[in-house]
Amino acid sequence: MSQSTMTESGPQPPLAPGWSGVVKDWGSDQRAFKNVPWGKAMMWIFLLSDTFIFSIFLISYMTVRMSTTVPWPNPSEVFALSFGGEPIPLILIAIMTFVLISSSGTMAMAVNFGYRRDRKKTAILMLVTALFGATFVGMQAFEWTKLIEEGVRPWGNPMGAPQFGSTFFMITGFHGFHVSIGVLFLILMARKVWRGDFDREDKGYFTSRKGGYEIVEITGLYWHFVDLVWVFIFAFFYLW
Amino acid sequence: MAAAEGQTHPIGVYLKIWGLLFVLSLGSYLVDYFHVESYLRWSLILIFMILKAGLIVAVFMHMMWERMALIYAILLPPLFVLVFVAIGALEADYTFLTRLIFFRMDS
Repeated sequence: MSQSTMTESGPQPPLAPGWSGVVKDWGSDQRAFKNVPWGKAMMWIFLLSDTFIFSIFLISYMTVRMSTTVPWPNPSEVFALSFGGEPIPLILIAIMTFVLISSSGTMAMAVNFGYRRDRKKTAILMLVTALFGATFVGMQAFEWTKLIEEGVRPWGNPMGAPQFGSTFFMITGFHGFHVSIGVLFLILMARKVWRGDFDREDKGYFTSRKGGYEIVEITGLYWHFVDLVWVFIFAFFYLW
Repeated sequence: MAAAEGQTHPIGVYLKIWGLLFVLSLGSYLVDYFHVESYLRWSLILIFMILKAGLIVAVFMHMMWERMALIYAILLPPLFVLVFVAIGALEADYTFLTRLIFFRMDS
């Protein structure tokens, strides 16, 4: 502990830019990730591992879709929705995409207000983000219900290749689960921000370390990642 | 310490990127809406996808303001996924051809 205070309070030598910076950072015999709090580096490494998990889902979806001899159901028609008149193709998924992007926008602004120490605005924006996230999960639940009523199951469906159901429930289910956990964490962190925990640098209940406003950014990283994964799911599963 | 290491940028940056993401999403939705088919469809979908992903990672997740040591540690490993994609595609192709030979009745 005393060592870390020493390294952080003394005058720091300027960090090298570019490639020599990469070599010097990694070879510094200290922490490799300069200028970022440890929690942020750890969140990035977790997100890297999560990237591989979603990659595996999407790759297995690719292999089953490429190898089936039965025609693949047309997502444009399967996810069409009619509001009284002609069914509009993929409209629910488009709305879900816009909702998730909006939530990413409010999250980015929450992070910004956090570093400006405007805790009321930060907490409100985080709650708005959580609300968008909950809306997204709600629409996904509606979509699942609709497909299950139409007879889509993980082992088969009336529209075509049986692999459609298994990959759909697996990929969107895992993503929806991520969104739900994100909503939960946003609400918990918004409560802490509102109470002023990060102004007083209170100890957290997970790690009992002092918390600062970088925690809002770390929560934000997770949230943006969920949006990022949806970008890939939207492109490969719904549009392809 | 947190304030010194924090990412502070003007709000306008986020609003502009937000707007851009909306436009790009609308673009990829219109690809489906207007029934663009085949190679044009796939390339448009991929272009919109990569642009959206890049904007989210670079600006919303602040990657463009981080040090290169972190950028490369996080962004290079996912490239290996492309190798896995290639292996998966090869294997799927082989499975498909085998199924054509043995399950002719279904096809």
